[in-house]
Amino acid sequence: MITITPEAIDTGSLRESLVDPGAGGYAAFEGWVRNENEGHAVLRLEYEVYEPLAIAEGERILAEARERYPHLKACCVHRSGLLEIGECAVWVGVAAPHRDEAFRACRYIIDELKVRLPIWKKEHYASGDSGWVNCERCKAHGEREAASHARPAVTAT
Amino acid sequence: MSTSMSTSTKTITVRYFAMFRERAGVDQETISADVATAEDVFRLTRDRHGSKEPTGHCKVAINDEMADWSATVRDGDTVLLFPPVAGG
Repeated sequence: MITITPEAIDTGSLRESLVDPGAGGYAAFEGWVRNENEGHAVLRLEYEVYEPLAIAEGERILAEARERYPHLKACCVHRSGLLEIGECAVWVGVAAPHRDEAFRACRYIIDELKVRLPIWKKEHYASGDSGWVNCERCKAHGEREAASHARPAVTAT
Repeated sequence: MSTSMSTSTKTITVRYFAMFRERAGVDQETISADVATAEDVFRLTRDRHGSKEPTGHCKVAINDEMADWSATVRDGDTVLLFPPVAGG
């Protein structure tokens, strides 16, 4: 499942929720608030989320991941509102029978989330300015990654 | 009421998010115009509020369902205009 929250993300309990006797591999990704972007000193971030569609689209992405990588358990959480430097803005965790599916599924989910969810990021700079991040580089990267995920893994150990 | 998709005047609620909301100065507004597609609504409001983004970088939803820019809009629809997203 996917959750949108204005509260700090409790990664420990999220990890526990994925524990499964059939899982041999667990992978997680945390996106943190960085203090710099393209040469600008960043003080904090502000996320605006259109929750009804963020949830619907997020669930669609998780379903796609489960279709590509069978026997997958997956969930993710995205923050909304104001975040300080170092805070966890997004968390994705997956448990799968083998590590290869776990790594791939985790990567698939975070890459798709970044380009498909109706979420916007405003950076507040040390200069006093602020600006919405358009994320064009993320989109291009996401398109490349989507192509590389076109075929499911054929080897697993 | 006419059911023509291409030329009748329709009343559409337009919702703005993030950069678009700041540019428009409102969360949403109601327009009455001869619009056939989601892209028509985008172009009309973009001209009105001075946005420059091409549709290719933005997304649109109609009545809380993601839609293509070529999707038909109907009288009474709510069109949600999303500027380039930046989650994560």
